[in-house]
Amino acid sequence: MRLLRSPALLGLATIAAVAGLMELLVAWGALPSYIFVRPSAVLLSIVGLFRDEELGWRLLQTLGATMAAAGLAAVSGVPIGWMIHRYRLFGEIFGNWLAALAAAPFILLYPLFLAVFGRGEPTIIAMAYVAALVAISLKTREGLASVPTVLRAVGAGFRLTQMQFFWKIEFRSAVPAIFSGIHLALVFALVNVVGIEFLIDYGGMGGLIADLADRYEVPSMYAAILFVVLVSVLFFWATERLERWLNPM
Amino acid sequence: MAQSHVSSAPARRSVRAQRLTALVAFIAYWVVWELMARAGIFYEGVVPSSVAILRALYHILLDAALYRNFAVTAFEVLVAMAIGGGAGIAFGLLGGAVRVIGRAYEPYVYYLAPTPKIVFLPIVFLLFGVGVATKIVLGAISAFFPMAIATLAGVRTVKPVLLRVGHSFNLTPWQMALKIYLPALRAPVVTGLKLAFGFALIGVMLAEIKLSNIGLGFMAIEFYNHFQIAELYALLMLIFMVAAGVNALIDRLMPRD
Repeated sequence: MRLLRSPALLGLATIAAVAGLMELLVAWGALPSYIFVRPSAVLLSIVGLFRDEELGWRLLQTLGATMAAAGLAAVSGVPIGWMIHRYRLFGEIFGNWLAALAAAPFILLYPLFLAVFGRGEPTIIAMAYVAALVAISLKTREGLASVPTVLRAVGAGFRLTQMQFFWKIEFRSAVPAIFSGIHLALVFALVNVVGIEFLIDYGGMGGLIADLADRYEVPSMYAAILFVVLVSVLFFWATERLERWLNPM
Repeated sequence: MAQSHVSSAPARRSVRAQRLTALVAFIAYWVVWELMARAGIFYEGVVPSSVAILRALYHILLDAALYRNFAVTAFEVLVAMAIGGGAGIAFGLLGGAVRVIGRAYEPYVYYLAPTPKIVFLPIVFLLFGVGVATKIVLGAISAFFPMAIATLAGVRTVKPVLLRVGHSFNLTPWQMALKIYLPALRAPVVTGLKLAFGFALIGVMLAEIKLSNIGLGFMAIEFYNHFQIAELYALLMLIFMVAAGVNALIDRLMPRD
């Protein structure tokens, strides 16, 4: 009954129960140990990954590529979003393409990026950059387009110049959407970086999982996957918090 | 009447101007592409000319292998959508209707949703081996999260008056789901379906690229491995067009009010 009164506890208890059951079933031999691994062995393997597989360095590589892609996307995406909003012709030419790209299964293009940039960081960063750019420019446009009419009227009433109108009215109103775009850009960049690393078997954490799977080191592979999931969840949680902190509105 | 006639003329002109702009933009893209293809900036063949891509498209469309691979991928995506999407709707309904379940498990679904699902491929491969099942399971995992989140969000927006009507008619939980929740949830479920389709397609095709010998993903990576880049562009163009078409079809399920 106490579990039902505390849903968070119920969620944690379910995870603990599944892990405990798995531990017992593998220990008793009810589940094949060449496929399933005891959760305790997986947790212990994470320590081994730091020692033997340079997991810390791999994490830095992945996060570095993510930050590079998202940073480039932020620097170029905000002006692009502004231009799509400000200049109708630019918006008609590029806006629809960006929207189409956002809905398209973009990651499937990775063989083309491989052909253009080769197997390495440029492909990883370029793909993550495009995914992040789409999110940030569309969000910037959305923010600039949704400035309340009353604020526009105030700007007109004060006879603001175009530049003053942009900095004092449009940009400030669009800040929440821009931060939301940066949050999405960071998440999309991380997902793409890890995904491409895994697919091309190169670089950071994604590359490590592919490498361990090839070597058939099952406990370490489970540990690396668990670590990637934990990092993704933490990253998503942290960027969400950052967005709320920067944008208390 | 006269007013609507007057106001529709500029609107028509605006639509015509937009179409003209889109056409001019398309021609400009094409010219830039051709210049890139012929300028020799990239390694030969990396950016093929549009003529080479169209020729490759023509040959691919005449090749029976395309239809064989297409059938396999379409089957895998459909089954993945049915399993993952169905489980997502069930979770969304249950989590939205039963508060404790929603609050206990929703954070896990919400935070796991943005993780790259492709990293689960080695585990799925260990469990199901090389074959259709692995691809379907990866597609189903990918489809589950957007469907579950969209349904959960939708359940919370169902009007309380509808729920009260259901309760006053003493509907069973199953009847509540079928007669109250699902009709009221059409818009969020269709949105979830669109997202789930995109993610299922990505999951299935990436699994085909990584470890398969049939399907459109396998066909694409084979073109890459043999450096048939024009064919690769043509095939990816075809896949994107089919995906856009399916998206448009799903969009037609959206309520029009």
